[in-house]
Amino acid sequence: MTDTPLIKVEHLKVYFPITSGVLQRKSGEVRAVDDVSFEILRGKTVGLVGESGSGKTTIGRALIRLIEPTDGHIFYKGEEITRLSAKEFRPYRKKIQIIFQDPYNSLNPRLTIADIVGEALEIHFPRMTRLQRRSRVADLLAKVGLKPEHLDRYPHEFSGGQRQRIGIARALAVEPEFIVCDEPVSALDVSVQAQIVNLLQDLQEELGLTYLFIAHDLAVVEHISDFVLVMNRGKIVEAATAEEIYTHPQDDYTRKLLDAVPKL
Amino acid sequence: MTSNLFRQILQRPTGVLCAALLAVLYLIAIFAAVISPYAPSDQNLAKTYHPPTGLVWHDGRLCVRVYKLVDPTEALYRAEPDRLAPVHFWAKSAPYKLWGFIPMEHRLFGVDSAERIYLLGSDSTGRDVFSRLLYGSQVSLSIGLIGIFITTVIGVTVGGLSGYFGGPLDNVTMRLTELLMAVPDLYLIIALRAALSAYFDSGQIFLLIVGILSFIGWSGTARVIRGLTLSLRNRPFIHAAEALGQTPFVILWKHLFPNLLGYLIVTSTLSIPGYILGEAALSFLGIGIQEPSTSWGLMLSQAQDMKVFMLNFWWLLTPGLAIFVTVILFNALGDVLRDIVDPKLKTQV
Amino acid sequence: MCATPLLEVRNLAIDFGRGENATHAVKGISFTIADGETVAVVGESGSGKSVTALSLTRLLPTPPARYVGGEILFNGRNTLTLSGDELRPMRGKQIAYIFQEPGTSLNPVFTIEFQIAEAIRLHRPEVKDVRGEVVRALDLVGIRDPEKRLGDYPHQLSGGMQQRVMIAMALACHPKLLVADEPTTALDVTIQKQIMDLLRELKGRLGMSIMLITHNFGIVADIADRVVVMFRGHIVEEGKTADVLRNPQHPYTRALIDCVPRLGQKQRRLKAIDHAEIEALLKP
Repeated sequence: MTDTPLIKVEHLKVYFPITSGVLQRKSGEVRAVDDVSFEILRGKTVGLVGESGSGKTTIGRALIRLIEPTDGHIFYKGEEITRLSAKEFRPYRKKIQIIFQDPYNSLNPRLTIADIVGEALEIHFPRMTRLQRRSRVADLLAKVGLKPEHLDRYPHEFSGGQRQRIGIARALAVEPEFIVCDEPVSALDVSVQAQIVNLLQDLQEELGLTYLFIAHDLAVVEHISDFVLVMNRGKIVEAATAEEIYTHPQDDYTRKLLDAVPKL
Repeated sequence: MTSNLFRQILQRPTGVLCAALLAVLYLIAIFAAVISPYAPSDQNLAKTYHPPTGLVWHDGRLCVRVYKLVDPTEALYRAEPDRLAPVHFWAKSAPYKLWGFIPMEHRLFGVDSAERIYLLGSDSTGRDVFSRLLYGSQVSLSIGLIGIFITTVIGVTVGGLSGYFGGPLDNVTMRLTELLMAVPDLYLIIALRAALSAYFDSGQIFLLIVGILSFIGWSGTARVIRGLTLSLRNRPFIHAAEALGQTPFVILWKHLFPNLLGYLIVTSTLSIPGYILGEAALSFLGIGIQEPSTSWGLMLSQAQDMKVFMLNFWWLLTPGLAIFVTVILFNALGDVLRDIVDPKLKTQV
Repeated sequence: MCATPLLEVRNLAIDFGRGENATHAVKGISFTIADGETVAVVGESGSGKSVTALSLTRLLPTPPARYVGGEILFNGRNTLTLSGDELRPMRGKQIAYIFQEPGTSLNPVFTIEFQIAEAIRLHRPEVKDVRGEVVRALDLVGIRDPEKRLGDYPHQLSGGMQQRVMIAMALACHPKLLVADEPTTALDVTIQKQIMDLLRELKGRLGMSIMLITHNFGIVADIADRVVVMFRGHIVEEGKTADVLRNPQHPYTRALIDCVPRLGQKQRRLKAIDHAEIEALLKP
């Protein structure tokens, strides 16, 4: 293991143009992510916390190239991946994966679980036979705590927590090294939230995964993360270890987030 | 999804009834040549405006009455009391080709060639209305299916691509659809029809009409599909497929299309009547199907003649009844389909 | 004084569907809410808590829902047997609701003034200055410069502001009971805190009763006088909030409290709930 971080982000900017009029002229821009830099070490979890509109989701999307960054650099194991063409980026799709917030909309309602999870295998392991794929999907389901008999069911037959498990199985199918967890527990009951957080931690231990864990709830982020980034209005206002954030918050905004966590 | 839809239709009485009746209509259209006793252009100038022939049971077999022309000026026929012509089943007839390539010499039923069987009377040149109705159904029933197929293919392709890729492509295609929607369609049809008809025979004219109707029709479908695609496009499951490195066309085909299918089936079923009525209207105006081919609209246009009303040749209006029934069946089936698909449509689109 | 509670639910049972396929969403539960009291109903999805809340003024679509037993006494009148005409004035005027998704609960094509004014006109026809009343309601829920917000459409407001508008609308008719069905679940934690603070303050100021439906024990501590814990259609525990939090009697209650992540107590694992175990406990 070298000292090169798995992910390194330098001066990342994502601006969205505001257009107006018939000719769609650019009349302004929204600075969703405004000059953000951070690193993620292999096997670690970096938490990214902030309110809706803070730009935290945009960072996640930019990392997996669902959004083109306006400026800045993203390095994967020291290699710059910011300006690769779609084709050049393809190998990285196998290494970088994402888990979404909304378990109800993140699975195609017309496909069976076997098809949803198997799609990744179809793309990245084209030589697998149908049977091999099926058994691999069954293994993945077992890994996330589902049963092989769930293979031929449709998403609507599952609860929110189970769907999130299916989403995790899909992300794991390509054997990624890095997973962007985009508010994976925000839409779930607290009790289910605990199960999913535990599952993510177990998988990290077993497979040596690296996470960027995005959430608005500092309590969850503090629990799962080694290092925490606090984001407000497109900028990172505080970056420190999880303990440091809790014991010695520096920024007012961090204090506000801490204060908002319910005390029991 | 499709087999599931079919099963759900079967669970609803209206659905079963409409689907079954439509299936019968289409079977009749497919086998029109065998079922009808005469070719559509088979004239008999001695028996114009002949009323429907009576059927009687005589000596253990089915017979038709034979009529005598009493007054040629009013086309008044009277049945002759003693003369009957036996109906033959699988009767020998003039050779013809089923579907244009299977040589046949028999029809389902017929009478000896000296007499005629007119189940629904005859028209101004003594052609059998029943036979023409069956042959005409081939045009009238297929025009909707072909038209819908073309508009759906173009509409889904254009709407899906522009909704998915957005940007300049979207801009161009949407302006194009707006342009097409602004074209006054009736004038366009009349103009195109007039300009091109000299170069085509009647079969090609049929295709021309379908082409014109669907050329104008796809823009509406394209716009709706674009809207649905736009809303589906931002659903996380599409992002998930992109994050896996799936290619845009597979995403369109595998993730978007199945989610549009429910909507497409319903709207297609509900817009088929539009094509049937469109053809009928064009043929009625004399700019659609032309003699000697036949279609329901064309047959109706022949019933415009004052004589039909003055002398009560009601059988010439049966194509109107056929159009009416078909349109009602499609609309009712579309309603049933919408009931089945709608709850899902609400939550998923 | 507390002879009759404001709301008394007795042996309420609600099914969805009929015959063999029926699911028993609520299985004979009883609880009360006194005047001015805040009761939190805590449970996971599928515990029947939202169904119970909606049933108070018969808002559940029937079918598929069926009220199979029990009674709901509000001010001594059984809402399950009232006619539609008797029930309608009760909705909004006596019992008002706020829901989880403020974005979908507001009509996107009307201004917020129109929507709040509509509620006032419907339930308080005696009010002359409707506009002033709308301004007062917005002011009450802590919206700054309410006059300037009157013409806004729901999409111009953030999620937290939308929820404040929903609360303003609910309170504009001075209800006796406010049913808050997961009012903060869809919101950021910071906004969640603001909304809960607002509810706590309003409860003190207006003296109404609140029924708070939630899955998160974390948010009940500050606001609820009593807690009702539901699991699969049953009430498994009921008691004063402080008592329940300090000394939960039922293992399910304990599990629900334990699974809330806490700051600064970095346990190795969060405690998840073993549903099979709890299910087994419920079997007689």
